[in-house]
Amino acid sequence: MLAYYLDLALRSLRRSPVLTGLMVLAIGLGIGASMTMITVLHVMTDDPLPGRSARLYTPHLDPLPLDYKRHEGSPDPADDMTWPDAMALLKAHRAVRQAAMSGGSLLLRPARADLHPLYVSGRYATAEFFPMFGVPFERGGGWSAADDATGSSVVVLADALARKLFGTSDAVGQTVRLGEHDFRVIGVTADWAPKPLFYADQTGNQYSDADLFFLPLSVAMGQKFPVSGNQSAWGKGESPSLTSANMSWLQFWVQLDTPAQVAAYRQYLVDYSAQQKALGRFQRPPTNAKLYGLMGWLAHENLVPGDVDLQLWLALGFLFVCMLNIVALLLAKFLRRSGEISVRRALGARRRDIFVQFGIESALIGVAGGVLGLGIAQLGLWSIRQRPDDYARLAQMDLSMLLGTVVLAVLASMLAGLLPAWRACRVQPALQLKGG
Amino acid sequence: MQIRPILSALKKHRVATVLIVMEIALACAVLCNACFMIADRLSAMQIKSGVDEASLGFIALQGYDPKNSNDLDARVIAGLGAISGVESVHVINSVPFGMQAANVGITLDQAGKEFRGVPEIYLGSPGTPQALGLQLVAGHMPANEDYQPVQGYFPPSSNVLITRTLAKHLWPGESPLGKEFWSDKYQFRVIGVVAHLSVQQYDEEGERGAQWTVFVPALPGPNFSGTYLIRAKPEDLDRVMVEAKAAIATIAPDAVLDREDSTTVPVLRTRFFAADSAMAGMLVGVIAALLGVTALGIVGLASFWVAQRRRQIGIRRAIGATRGDILRYFQTENFLIVSFGIALGMLLAYVINAVLMKFYELPHLPLYYLPFGALALWGLGQLAVLGPALRASHVPPVVATRSV
Repeated sequence: MLAYYLDLALRSLRRSPVLTGLMVLAIGLGIGASMTMITVLHVMTDDPLPGRSARLYTPHLDPLPLDYKRHEGSPDPADDMTWPDAMALLKAHRAVRQAAMSGGSLLLRPARADLHPLYVSGRYATAEFFPMFGVPFERGGGWSAADDATGSSVVVLADALARKLFGTSDAVGQTVRLGEHDFRVIGVTADWAPKPLFYADQTGNQYSDADLFFLPLSVAMGQKFPVSGNQSAWGKGESPSLTSANMSWLQFWVQLDTPAQVAAYRQYLVDYSAQQKALGRFQRPPTNAKLYGLMGWLAHENLVPGDVDLQLWLALGFLFVCMLNIVALLLAKFLRRSGEISVRRALGARRRDIFVQFGIESALIGVAGGVLGLGIAQLGLWSIRQRPDDYARLAQMDLSMLLGTVVLAVLASMLAGLLPAWRACRVQPALQLKGG
Repeated sequence: MQIRPILSALKKHRVATVLIVMEIALACAVLCNACFMIADRLSAMQIKSGVDEASLGFIALQGYDPKNSNDLDARVIAGLGAISGVESVHVINSVPFGMQAANVGITLDQAGKEFRGVPEIYLGSPGTPQALGLQLVAGHMPANEDYQPVQGYFPPSSNVLITRTLAKHLWPGESPLGKEFWSDKYQFRVIGVVAHLSVQQYDEEGERGAQWTVFVPALPGPNFSGTYLIRAKPEDLDRVMVEAKAAIATIAPDAVLDREDSTTVPVLRTRFFAADSAMAGMLVGVIAALLGVTALGIVGLASFWVAQRRRQIGIRRAIGATRGDILRYFQTENFLIVSFGIALGMLLAYVINAVLMKFYELPHLPLYYLPFGALALWGLGQLAVLGPALRASHVPPVVATRSV
């Protein structure tokens, strides 16, 4: 029966090629536009560390005074952590792993004469950064807690920078001059660049930036290396420094493996805040302390720009208009065949049969529209990749998006075919037969 | 032309009519809002920088020892000045559409109580306002003695130029000349007003106006060095910049050239608004696609109706209707449908605008967008229906005598 309906549908579609073409084009355009924007949103909100993200959390303290007024559009200072708080949490060691970190850009003077001096951006971090985030190493490894404590001048390079500086020869053991200070290379990471760079603060381009070096936070503090990212100070008094209790600039991440650990850590944060409040440092309720999971943190940071949101709505609205169009066209097409329907009904076809027959015809349009839509979406993504925005380069379709496109197209066209098919199967056979 | 029979005919195709009306309503709403957003972006891109953009370039150096800054500046100014075509080289902290160099919250009183916003500050060495091509509208340009050494971020007390817009904002209705404002310990006294000088990093959101800028005359030193304004004839500028960037390696081997920011002002401007022009282009695409699909829908449905009514048209022709009558019938029918759609679409346009205002901080949709949207859709509808209607008008009266 299905094969017969398929045959009927094909015949019917071939009978009016212009109308069929219009419908396929409409579905294709709508699906193409929607899938372009859905894909962009998909890559932007994708898990930056699949398999590991569920165990990563960022604690959030609220050290701001009660009368702190935040200017509209300026970042929330409580999104970052102060030096004393970060050190206290690090020392307490209540999580499975924990690390404090901050971004920095340093002048690098390559030893090779053919390379110009350049500025490179990287991260100052504490030792557990590497095992906590599961950074893969090509050679060597990260540093130890002892290196943090003694302030060893060691550095881990990203593979891209290592290749640039040392070519194919082994970078481990070599010396790199960063910010007028010599560092010994102890590790080279394998290709690793989470998108977005979730642990960086919000001021950077989180979709295009990558860390090219990692060095101990204690060394950066000792050398007074410049810190990039947002540094917010509050309150009166002498001008704040990086170690002040009223200036936030550090990011802090912890690894917690079980729900019990998460609950315990949350309680620890509240207790810590209560203690700080008792000491007179914090003014706000201790329950303001929060613990964000990685994905929850990304949602809190709201990285997706308004433009992308808006374009998605435009594209979905466009798909809706295309569907309305198809409903009207299918309605016209199906009702025109009232005579045919009547004959089939008179010969014993049930309403259900008619409904299925027209449903298949709509689905067929959907499949054709989906294939066209795939092509249009690829074109759309290509045009997005030409754009100047930092997320643009990521706009690529993966397999799930590919299948999603076809499914969405078929669903949309079947949804559009629902009303026409229903109307068609309600045709009164007797009336039509007499009229014809 | 009688409208009543058309309306009763449409009643027989209620569902299809409602669908097309909805489609036109949506198209109308999106058309008005998208056009408005395009206009919004384009007007942002029209911002007047107030400087001779086509003649200006910017060079930024980093990584040198601040102790050698005076020596570096002297070498760079002499070296770049020797390139043929270069009219002048000045030390400046940034240029319009360049990197954000300095912005400070200012107050009208020394105690810091009367907060008046966060303008951007340009620092420039002697001769910079003239090299930029700033247009003075009141007061006078800084004299040689107004250029003072920088202590911290600015000279402790300086005689500055401000824009007309900032003057109006700070002292509405009064002459700004001789007036003073403060930022922390720094004191600024207005000696001149310029027509325009745009901020370095224009940001539509937030509290900062696009023309809230202050020009502070300053002498280069350890806290103000390494960034240069190059002036050349517009036709020489591109070549001059290429040669200047190449020359830096020999003039200042101890410094690192910031390749991103060292370029001509026109390039900086294009780059600065690249996202806006991409968005405007995308919106034009959406409008074109939407109108195209709407037109396709009208063509499809009108063709169907014409085919369905061949016999009826034949009868009307047989009893005396002219081709013009038939043509007008379908055109009037389309006009009515589109009119319903437009009426609904205007309401929807305002709903969408309200949502956009809430979530994307867009201003109110001006009323005059609505009649233009309506005209566009009426025109589109008439064009789309023309083909099927012409086909209808060519139905011969003899059809009436045939059985279907």
